[in-house]
Amino acid sequence: MSKNDEIVKGVLAGDRRSIAKAITIVENNTTETQKLIAAIYPHTGKAHIIGLTGPGGSGKSTLIEKIAHEFRKQGKTVGIVAVDPTSPFTGGAFLGDRIRMQELSADEGVFIRSMATRNYAGGIAKATKDAVKILDAASKDVIIVETVGAGQSEVEVIKVAQTIVVIHAPGLGDDIQAIKAGLMEIADIFVVNKADRENADRAVIDIQTMLQLSNTEKAWRPPVLKTVALTGDGVPQLMETLEKHRNFLLKESQLERGMERAEAELLEAIKEKITDTILDELKVNRKFEELLKQILERKIDPASAAEKLLNKKFRMRR
Amino acid sequence: MQSKKKIRVLIAKPGLDSHDRGAKVVARALRDAGMEVIYTGLRQTPEQIVETALQEDVDVIGLSILSGAHKTLFPRIMELLKRKGLTDVMVFAGGIIPEEDIAELKKIGIKEIFGPGTPTERIIDYVRKNIQE
Repeated sequence: MSKNDEIVKGVLAGDRRSIAKAITIVENNTTETQKLIAAIYPHTGKAHIIGLTGPGGSGKSTLIEKIAHEFRKQGKTVGIVAVDPTSPFTGGAFLGDRIRMQELSADEGVFIRSMATRNYAGGIAKATKDAVKILDAASKDVIIVETVGAGQSEVEVIKVAQTIVVIHAPGLGDDIQAIKAGLMEIADIFVVNKADRENADRAVIDIQTMLQLSNTEKAWRPPVLKTVALTGDGVPQLMETLEKHRNFLLKESQLERGMERAEAELLEAIKEKITDTILDELKVNRKFEELLKQILERKIDPASAAEKLLNKKFRMRR
Repeated sequence: MQSKKKIRVLIAKPGLDSHDRGAKVVARALRDAGMEVIYTGLRQTPEQIVETALQEDVDVIGLSILSGAHKTLFPRIMELLKRKGLTDVMVFAGGIIPEEDIAELKKIGIKEIFGPGTPTERIIDYVRKNIQE
């Protein structure tokens, strides 16, 4: 049995070392990655995948510890992928989400993996999606993805998770912030954390008002909840709402959502393969170096240079 | 595109220390050297540290201790690592560790001890040299 087969077998049996090794393989994006995912893919699709996103310091990690704890009380196993940013300068990363999840670290029913973005944009890492599949195949009942401290447009988590919780803290912005596109649109559930602070009700009202401005009638209206992650206040209500959304997903449009997701994933995979193949070929082309020099000398702009290279390859016509 | 393998390091604080300045300085230095550093936070049991190392699939563990309990906690950590099959993980340590204890700690598998005042470059070089990227 090859090393890869052994890891796959281990993942399917829920062996924690194998899960860890498998996630490293998808993170490093080696030739083994595709084989690994191919082998586990038929065993995925069972878990409830929850994405938690929101600004840095809003309390994502602390809230996740509390949620995971509640799921454990219900007898469910939990996988957590916690993403933190990679330095654009050194490539290094400081992964500190576990610090807030210490109560979980001795529980064998919980698997936590910290992940650096490795400069992938959108608030998660490129490997996050595959890491979730691995935890799913390892029969975790619930998988929680924590994004980096997200700004307004870090919304990639919708491609990974089924239930999106957008978490806010009081005092971060007014009703104009609430109306902006991006992060505020992707929530299935809003949470105003640190609700024991001043202005918590203001934040709730801002979000509710924003939701009422929408004309489109949706089958699921995102509720706005208040929590204090440190003390656990409001967590039972959040658990109920998560359950409600899960049931909603199971009843409504599950097939449709699944199709959309599958299509997006397939298209992305195609794009990546095309780009990789073409780039690998073009880069060894002598013309590539030549045009690079010309760009530096301002003799040609990058877009025209790209067209020249591709024209030569595909005889493209405009 | 192929991404490169990164060195993953766990910086851990076993026992009942009350501050972690040194651990954070080392974590920051390794981060700036391009490594992915996972930090456990204060007051970890050997069990928590080893389980974290396993889940995070780290190449290196750096143990920081100030309390003087290294002769109790380090052997326990090394034993748990062995029991869980994490024998390929390199372990180094730092903090307040008396000279006369070093030989004993090295015997149980701690590869290197870095005392107070060690330039962070030395730790970075040591990790790089001992882990193939």
